[in-house]
Amino acid sequence: MSRRNFLKAGAVALGLALTAGTALAQDAIKIGLILPMTGPFTSTGKQIAAAAQLYMAQKGTTIAGKKVELIIKDDTGVADVTRRIAQELIVNDKVTAIAGFGLTPLALATAPLATQSKTPMVVMAAATGIITERSPFIVRTSQVVPQIAGPFGEWVAKQGMKRVVTVVTDYGPGHDVEKWFSDVFKANGGQVENLRVPLANPDFSPFLQKVADSKPDALLVFVPSGVGSQFMKQFVERGLDKSGIKLIGTGDVTDDDILNTIGDVALGVVTAHHYSAAHDSPENKAFVEAFKKANNGLRPNFMAVGGYDGMHALYEGLKKTNGAGGEALVEAMKGLAWNSPRGPMSIDKDTRDIIQNVYIRRVEKVGGELYNVEFATIPNVKDPSKAK
Amino acid sequence: MAGRPHGARSLYFPGGSRVLTILFDGIAYGMVLFVLACGLSITLGLMNFVNLAHGVFAMVGGYVTAILMNRLGVPFLATLPFAFLVPAALGLVMERTLYQRLYNRNHLDQVLFTIGLVFMAIAAVDYVMGSQPQLIQLPSWLRGRVDVFGVQVGLYRSFIIVVCGFLVVGLQFVLAKTRFGAQLRAAVDDARVARGLGINTSLVFAATFAAGSGLAGLGGALGAEILGLDPTFPLKFLIYFMIVVTVGGTSSLTGPFYASLLLGIADVAGKYYVPSLGAFVIYTVMIVVLVFRPQGLFVKAR
Repeated sequence: MSRRNFLKAGAVALGLALTAGTALAQDAIKIGLILPMTGPFTSTGKQIAAAAQLYMAQKGTTIAGKKVELIIKDDTGVADVTRRIAQELIVNDKVTAIAGFGLTPLALATAPLATQSKTPMVVMAAATGIITERSPFIVRTSQVVPQIAGPFGEWVAKQGMKRVVTVVTDYGPGHDVEKWFSDVFKANGGQVENLRVPLANPDFSPFLQKVADSKPDALLVFVPSGVGSQFMKQFVERGLDKSGIKLIGTGDVTDDDILNTIGDVALGVVTAHHYSAAHDSPENKAFVEAFKKANNGLRPNFMAVGGYDGMHALYEGLKKTNGAGGEALVEAMKGLAWNSPRGPMSIDKDTRDIIQNVYIRRVEKVGGELYNVEFATIPNVKDPSKAK
Repeated sequence: MAGRPHGARSLYFPGGSRVLTILFDGIAYGMVLFVLACGLSITLGLMNFVNLAHGVFAMVGGYVTAILMNRLGVPFLATLPFAFLVPAALGLVMERTLYQRLYNRNHLDQVLFTIGLVFMAIAAVDYVMGSQPQLIQLPSWLRGRVDVFGVQVGLYRSFIIVVCGFLVVGLQFVLAKTRFGAQLRAAVDDARVARGLGINTSLVFAATFAAGSGLAGLGGALGAEILGLDPTFPLKFLIYFMIVVTVGGTSSLTGPFYASLLLGIADVAGKYYVPSLGAFVIYTVMIVVLVFRPQGLFVKAR
């Protein structure tokens, strides 16, 4: 072979290799997972990423003969960054679907991109009602605030409680919890007094004193994760736990991820939520065990289960479409129903939002650790804010 | 409501016990603010250096306590000296290596430098310790509350008031009565003349800076239970430090002390009586004070 021919052959071979490479890349199904991996919401990102990776490790990375690839990107919890990363993933990486979205503003900022590019968008954490209405390509696998707070209001009223004071942090999710809980509780014959705590609030003592003076049957609290422990400590320090006022809330304040560090002050707190690591089912036992094993003993929380189920929705959808994305994938995910670690759940075929059980739980000590132990179930709750 | 001992009212003064409880909570909160901010009033007022990174030292103190308690099992009280010493040592090192170079620069340079330090500290703590809040478990004798003549008094808050009370008296004594205090005041008034008199001004400044940082650390440790502790601490409380120092004026320690008490009580009472406006009370107080006394509450007009 002459030198020239050798070079030609080499060039052809290289060309072939490149074509083969692109062909392979096109065959891969890429899922862009956008999460706050650093910053104040790191816990959300870590839980979801770990759960998504666990799902792929368990279920394999091949669907319809194509390789599934997960691209995890850090948006630090800032909406502009989420939107920019989503755009890069859609345009440059040509992802089949985007997923993640730790907070409501992050999901809202990205929704128009999903619509324009016809990219399915799986919301695994953000919980405000309006999110799924912002794009026909959004599917949610986390929770909806009214879905939890509304039925909880009814349940609390049925327990014979007449007066509840709500203390919520003065921001979007807080307002949602306050509104849905109060409306339903009042409709069931209860009386509510609403208090709002500023977002930057170093000391809860004045609010707790007000509650102590008002002597309601129960105090409903919703504050950002982390601050909740401070709130509970001051609740106990002030002796409110002994004065007959029950502390109740949505499960966010007794998040499995931090419940043990909150300590014994959390004992007896009654909350409503869609997932507890102590949920009694074979699916959940297997999930918790595998999650802990893969993550150095870290306990999965409701964020993790949102990520796990989000991957399940995508996998099942992709199986139906033979790996195709776009509108077909959204259609395929609508109406999916399965047994999640959290219990039975499905994707509403009309609203693309989640339908799931809401559990009433009490914080108890199980084997030396604190857990949210479920003792009542409100089955198959649809988001009441979208019910017509 | 009958049958509930909680919130029992004083016989002589209906509702009086509640007012006193609010007052008590406000004072405890103000005391924590004072210990946190007094170091800043020293560096800003006495040394004329704008140290926005003051909260970093407070955060370090808080983390020292949290780490010692949670990882090494040291009792709460025994961690407090370390919560003072570690930030003080850190302050000393930073003063000698970094801050010293900026004493003669203008305030904008100082602000830019120290706010940069704040961001670096937040990122560093986030990286090493994680972004989750640090929680400490108080010893049982500091938990709960007791009834004193119908007023509900939190034990931990009483402890804070006592500790901070001693600190205030001690600090005032050091500044006003000791040789070191006199040297410091001289060095601040006119550094050149003080040097001429044989006072080692740079040593005095370094020691003062270290003490201020240590106090902030102690404040961070004491306040961890009430204010919470996470990597954003220096930024979250910067505004409170600044308000204390602005309202109190920077020429003495008594000014910031009364200002802290005023703000603590106003904040707690405001949130109790008008919860809907609660967040703004502290700012309203600041604006009103500054409109009438722009030089600060307790400073003679120059």
